[in-house]
Amino acid sequence: MKNSLSILSLAAVLFAARSAQAKLNVVATLPDFGAIAEAIGGDKVKVTSIARGTEDPHFVDARPSFIRVLNQADVLIEGGAELEIGWLPPLVNSARNAKILSDAPGHVILSRGIRLLDVPTGPVDRSMGDVHPLGNPHYASDPANGKIMAATIAAAFSKLDTPNAAFYEANLKKFNDRLDARLAEWSKAMEPFRGTKVITYHKSFDYLLERFGLVLAGTIEPKPGIEPSPTHINALIPRARAEGVKLVIIEPNRPRKTPTYVADSIGAKLLLVPQMVGGHEKIKDYFSLFDYDLARIAEALKQSK
Amino acid sequence: MRKLSFLGCSVALGLTVSAAQAQNNTGEVEQIRRQLQQAYEAFQKAVENYRQVTESLNQRLEQLQPKEGRAAPPVAAKPSAAGTTNVPAAAVAESKPWSPTDPIRIGTAQNYIGVSFDALVAAGYSTATDIESLQLGGHDPKQRGFTVQNLETTFDGKVDPYFRGQANIVLQIDPEGETIIEAEEAYLETMSLPWNLQVKAGQYFTEFGRLNPTHPHTWDFVDQPLVNGRFFGEDGLRNAGARVSWLLPTPFYSELFLGMQNSQGETATSFRDSHEDSLRFGRPAVDTRVKGFGDMLYAPRYVASFNLADEHTVVAGASGAFGPNASGTKTDTQIYGVDLFYKWKPRWHSKGFPFVSWQTEAMYRRYEAGAFAGDVDNPALPSETLRDWGLYSQLNWGFRRGWVASLRGDYVTGEKAALNPDPDRDKRWRVSPALTYYPTEFSKLRLQYNYDDREHVGTDHSVWLQFEFLLGAHAAHKF
Repeated sequence: MKNSLSILSLAAVLFAARSAQAKLNVVATLPDFGAIAEAIGGDKVKVTSIARGTEDPHFVDARPSFIRVLNQADVLIEGGAELEIGWLPPLVNSARNAKILSDAPGHVILSRGIRLLDVPTGPVDRSMGDVHPLGNPHYASDPANGKIMAATIAAAFSKLDTPNAAFYEANLKKFNDRLDARLAEWSKAMEPFRGTKVITYHKSFDYLLERFGLVLAGTIEPKPGIEPSPTHINALIPRARAEGVKLVIIEPNRPRKTPTYVADSIGAKLLLVPQMVGGHEKIKDYFSLFDYDLARIAEALKQSK
Repeated sequence: MRKLSFLGCSVALGLTVSAAQAQNNTGEVEQIRRQLQQAYEAFQKAVENYRQVTESLNQRLEQLQPKEGRAAPPVAAKPSAAGTTNVPAAAVAESKPWSPTDPIRIGTAQNYIGVSFDALVAAGYSTATDIESLQLGGHDPKQRGFTVQNLETTFDGKVDPYFRGQANIVLQIDPEGETIIEAEEAYLETMSLPWNLQVKAGQYFTEFGRLNPTHPHTWDFVDQPLVNGRFFGEDGLRNAGARVSWLLPTPFYSELFLGMQNSQGETATSFRDSHEDSLRFGRPAVDTRVKGFGDMLYAPRYVASFNLADEHTVVAGASGAFGPNASGTKTDTQIYGVDLFYKWKPRWHSKGFPFVSWQTEAMYRRYEAGAFAGDVDNPALPSETLRDWGLYSQLNWGFRRGWVASLRGDYVTGEKAALNPDPDRDKRWRVSPALTYYPTEFSKLRLQYNYDDREHVGTDHSVWLQFEFLLGAHAAHKF
């Protein structure tokens, strides 16, 4: 008993020491959120991202090591809108960290304040596939949403670490200015391709397409999260051909066989576009994600003209 | 009291004074009264006017408001956030009021309780004529033809700021066609105790090894491993109790559990189970009352996990379960177990595929069996210690999206004792290949073959086809 008590007090001391450290310990579910948190927090935060940039964000393993990571977190940044529903809740439940429970200031949900696409207006059931009742959760693919996410993160950091509020506010401004400048460049580069029709695998690039005026003509999946069926593909091909689809965009981790077949059948180009920061070695932060992805899309469309 | 009398005096004084003045100036009073009345009327009229204006403005506001969205999101309200680019203003999803024509959804983020229903049904054939003793699990397929294995309703949610709660109510239909109901689990769990502690209390599966605390629909095979069936009985080791767990401040994940549960009943088969007045290991059950803390079931567990080179995860654990058993008045049981889980999942997985996972559990049981004087039908047995051990090892290969090929090996055996043979302790082994197809996370179809070899019984072949469907909020699984 005496032993376990001294172990307990040791743990308490370790904990006190940790909380005395100046840096906010930030855990982001996806590397995109982590990248923005790094831009806002600078050297005042330590950011850990759970999912890897190459992964399917809906199917991340709830590895026990993340329990320990979340246990020590001051801030948990999640996408919300049921993006991480398949793996985050048991981790948070096991982490026994009051700072990141659902109503705590340290639990930051980025979908708040963002206009979500595909919000179902009628009844939803699972025969429609993985339709998210709150809307399409892949909103981070629109760089303009980066400003809303950054503002949410900066507000949370300022609240949790008041002495550095001005620092976060200044970084937010820097981030926004940089993003505004880049958005102007990206929009200019994508301007010639406005109205171009594309196909994606999952509805994961809808926000990006909408931002730059590309039109989603169909998806390889017949319904969100449902594997392609021959019937669907056979209907998709003539429709895509008739609509003059130029590009089939898929994430690098998707199965290639069906998308390749579709692209070949309609004379379009198949393009691998990483969805998240870390999805390619050149994508190291939130800006290079769009630098890389948009350059690839623009180049492919230029060639197909 | 004193205040009241003072008040009375001053009122009386005031009245006397005004009465005197009224006699002097009746005309002027009359005039003032008239003016007062006019002013009052004008005031009333103005109030009425403003009331009408306010009302019509309110009506107008209400007409306009739904189109514009109600709650401006806190973030978009910040000018620095909105910036110059075209940032959408309102969060439509969050501000939509509920109307009676909307579907009533259970289990979305806005609800207090997540409800789900899972059905597990098997069909198949076995060469064994005693399938009920061949299959050791209560939720295993138990007859030729169809078996409704497990109809499970799960409720879960946050109770209040301190606890989360979960209940699993299970229905099953036995081979006689009777519907059985089980309150399988119902427990609360603390969410934010200090010092990384967590308490779980209620009716729950003992955290022994990897398989015991899980529900059949998460299993990789149609049936439960033999060693679990022998040591923990048909329905796994579970009982009412409480446990505390401590997340250790190690750089890797490691957790220490200590549970105390009741030691009686059919869900504590190696302990004080009265086994419905039949004999176990050749002995009847004796008095199963709790006399003190020593008669409870204690279950410690330690588990640690490491990520090896990013794509590889290992979870290793050691468990124990200690408590009295029903074969004598001073007889105890000790069960020890080690478990290992390994998973490979590449950085480039899509929907969780491909993957390879390997899970192994080995257990040893020391059962102090009491002496039995024997009766007309059964031989006398001495006081002795029964030593059993067993293991299973299973490999899963998710070779393409939705498809998993699996192979499991089972082995159980007991050191020879006075009662010989004893089908509950004799050597047996089993090999089970299986193929599972998951159309989505909410349904599956599984084909499994079992090759069984039982000492003193012989070999048997079984083929089972299992299907599952899940409705409602699907709580995410632990790793």
